Amino acid sequence: MSFQAHESPAAGKAELLSESTRQHIDHWLTKFPEGLEGRRSAVIQALVAAQEQNEGWLSSELMDAVADYLQLPPVWVYEVATFYSMLETEKVGRNSISICTNISCMLCGADKVVDYVENKLGIKMGQTTADGKVFLKIEEECVAACTGAPMMIINGHYHEQLTEQKIDELLDELE
Amino acid sequence: MATVENKPVDTVTIEVDGRELSASKGAMIIEVTDQAGIEIPRFCYHRKLSIAANCRMCLVDVEKAPKPLPACATPVADGMKVFTRSRRAADAQRGVMEFLLINHPLDCPICDQGGECELQDLAMGYGRSVSRFTERKRVVKDKNLGPLVATDMTRCIHCTRCVRFLEEIAGTAELGGVGRGEKTEISTFIERNIDSELSGNIIDLCPVGALTNKPFRFSARAWEMSARPYIGTHDCVGSNLFYHVRGGTIMRTVPRDNEAINECWLPDRDRYSHFGLQSDDRVTEPMLKIKGQWQRVDWEQALDAARSAIGNLIDQHGADQLGVLTTPRATTEEHHLLKKLADQLGTPHTDHRLRILDDSDPQLGQAHLDQPTAALSEADAILMVGSYLRHDQPILNHRVRSAWRHKQARVMDLNPVAWDFPFDMTERMIVPPQHLPDSLARIAAAAYALVGQEPDDDALGHWIQAREPEPAAEHIAKALKEADSSILLVGDQALQHPRAGLIRAIAERTAACLNLSLMILPGAANSQGACLASMRPGAQGLCATSMLNQGRKGFLVYDFEPARDTADPSAAMTTLRKAEQVIAISSFAGPDLMEVADIILPLATMPETEGSYINADGHQQWLKAAGKPVGQSRSGWKILRMLGASLELDGFEFTHLSQVQAELDTLEFSKRSVPDLSQSIQLEQQQQDQQGENRQIWRSGPVPMVHCDALVRRSESLQKTDHARLDHAVMHPSSAETLGFAAGSEIRLRQGDATLSVRLEIDPAVPPASIWLPAATELASSLGPAFGAIELEPGA
Repeated sequence: MSFQAHESPAAGKAELLSESTRQHIDHWLTKFPEGLEGRRSAVIQALVAAQEQNEGWLSSELMDAVADYLQLPPVWVYEVATFYSMLETEKVGRNSISICTNISCMLCGADKVVDYVENKLGIKMGQTTADGKVFLKIEEECVAACTGAPMMIINGHYHEQLTEQKIDELLDELE
Repeated sequence: MATVENKPVDTVTIEVDGRELSASKGAMIIEVTDQAGIEIPRFCYHRKLSIAANCRMCLVDVEKAPKPLPACATPVADGMKVFTRSRRAADAQRGVMEFLLINHPLDCPICDQGGECELQDLAMGYGRSVSRFTERKRVVKDKNLGPLVATDMTRCIHCTRCVRFLEEIAGTAELGGVGRGEKTEISTFIERNIDSELSGNIIDLCPVGALTNKPFRFSARAWEMSARPYIGTHDCVGSNLFYHVRGGTIMRTVPRDNEAINECWLPDRDRYSHFGLQSDDRVTEPMLKIKGQWQRVDWEQALDAARSAIGNLIDQHGADQLGVLTTPRATTEEHHLLKKLADQLGTPHTDHRLRILDDSDPQLGQAHLDQPTAALSEADAILMVGSYLRHDQPILNHRVRSAWRHKQARVMDLNPVAWDFPFDMTERMIVPPQHLPDSLARIAAAAYALVGQEPDDDALGHWIQAREPEPAAEHIAKALKEADSSILLVGDQALQHPRAGLIRAIAERTAACLNLSLMILPGAANSQGACLASMRPGAQGLCATSMLNQGRKGFLVYDFEPARDTADPSAAMTTLRKAEQVIAISSFAGPDLMEVADIILPLATMPETEGSYINADGHQQWLKAAGKPVGQSRSGWKILRMLGASLELDGFEFTHLSQVQAELDTLEFSKRSVPDLSQSIQLEQQQQDQQGENRQIWRSGPVPMVHCDALVRRSESLQKTDHARLDHAVMHPSSAETLGFAAGSEIRLRQGDATLSVRLEIDPAVPPASIWLPAATELASSLGPAFGAIELEPGA
């Protein structure tokens, strides 16, 4: 039913965003010019905050919530959410691990890191452990940490010059 | 001293393939070559859309550039040398084509776009005859975009024309590029219908077969059809279009470019209405009701019956007892002949203004435009009064959006519902319909105060003087005064208001006071033609609403549905039931017409008939029949000629339509005469004085986009859209609370004797003290006036 011609499907969903998510978005909104394009610029940071609020992934409800909060057409939010590899649009584990497999890391043994992590967690790249604890991102391109190759990103933090021992420590620390 | 040619600074000279061309500074190469008729292949570029430069098909060779450049995104520079057919350009274009075809299926024979496909055409010129690609092709799941547009998303080449159209022109941004790289898909992401009233245009924009016309799909090939020029017959704009016809049957509709009218766009209503032509209740043979039973007869019998019915009626009761009512959508020639028929029979009771409730101003329904409608695109400030322009005249709404986008126009409205517009509103006055005249008068009062002028010394002037403008009215008046070019647009709902004459008069005063352009729209399609042909009440004649309230012994009903197309269906049906004779000339016969009519003569519908239409701008367009009339139906002018001749009236001896058209040339629009509005003002004042004591609720009953006439109502695809889902009434939360109604509950509406039980929804877009229940729907076909007082009670 649409009484209005084009009632936004996102209307009223902004309330799904938590207080801290809203604060994060408001902070980023001040960095851009006012108006439609400025609000559009804040989409990435808004989604990052919304993803954090939701244990690492964005439901379509939550993307609509961002669209409603920023007063944008929902599809603009979907476009961004599906474009960036740091944003997940399907349910994944609460800890996100990305292993760089680009050239410098590859030359320094990224393949072995991948094998080791896969064996240790018992999952393949792109999968989540059965307990929902760890999500192994399918592929990560160069993240500009070649000096510390091989490297991985855990929940947004860089960990460089990986060894099997270091990987063990890092993975065991996860909750 | 050597003389130098003084070139104007804003033009540059470039050379394309050895031809010297002058171009305006900042133009892109492709704009210049398009003007000069030099062909450059392209997929993503479209002159009305922003530049995306993502298909790379238009790569051309530019001297001194290290690599080929996209012609659509490379601005011209003085002395630039462009080669569109050099080895480097052709190689680049061929390379792009090969990449585009990597993921595109090579199955043109089973594609609906085959034969009229930009990709297919260009692949003939730039593609290889054998594909070198042996790897796996990408497959994309089709999307459901609703009942109008079909998808084959595997064929999509990501030109993003559809995305840009919906974002920029339609203003709805319903499609986007979801995903990244090879996985990019054009999609709504979450399955949703595309609701834009202009959505069908993405079919024309799509250069491949990814988006196609859903109801037309797979029913004909491009080369089997011939294109017949016609116009859209569902609003006063008259968008130019082509009907694609095969064997006399209209298969589909595409837009026909006309910058002054519809640019290159076509509203969905004009594109999909023809699917209603084959409806089951189409009248294909003359019919007589004999002893309550309908019988199919031949034309001779039917005309005999019609003649004797009219003859007997006039003999028994006098011509004064005959009412002649017609849809405004008839051609100008039909209006003229109908008027001639009525004149000669001696009845002054003729009218086409079926939806107009107010008879205070004989010129209601006639447009008044200080500037052509195209000027809306150039305006700086626009006030819309009583108009859901977006659905009533989608093309004009697009023009307002253009003004808002390109000229930062300030758009404001005074409306009975907070309609959703695809542009920002600077100021809104959303008032229940009973307050429309008063609120407009407040804006007028603010305008007079602003320019420091006294209103005219007459009843209306005094009444305006007595209004106290609120801040919103003052802001509107100020914005209109400050702008260089401001327009006051009076729309369909203002016309259907019981005090339409008063609204029109106040609008005229406001426009005169602020020296702005007035744009009073005429109502339904070809209302202007009807006005030119004087298809209005003659001297002492009754208007449509009075006729249908007071009753006549006999009626000639020309192509409208009494329970759907009249301002007050309940009164119309009661009167027609009582009438001794109802002679209908009609294309369709729904249950309402079948019930009240005694004779039905089958009429060819608009796309099947010839004649002329006059749009709001006064632009007369002559049309040739696009399709064959169904069964024994005949064009209106032929039926009226036969009827006139059988009644032995003068002036029906013509053999060709051109003879009727010659008569039209002598006609002129009547000049504006100032109506006497004292009674309207008195009524308005009484109503206001009572306002305090009884909290009267008014109905807002605008005509919905996909219910505006019999043909549109029969188009299955349009009726499947979300816009057609009108099975409920809507009220403001506070009004509903006062009356104790919950959302979703059944309530009972009463207008005089007419009652209706309906589900109630709650929405703050409808102002308090009013209830939204659109007219022209099946639901509302038993109710009273579209705009007016209504009583509400709980329960079914």
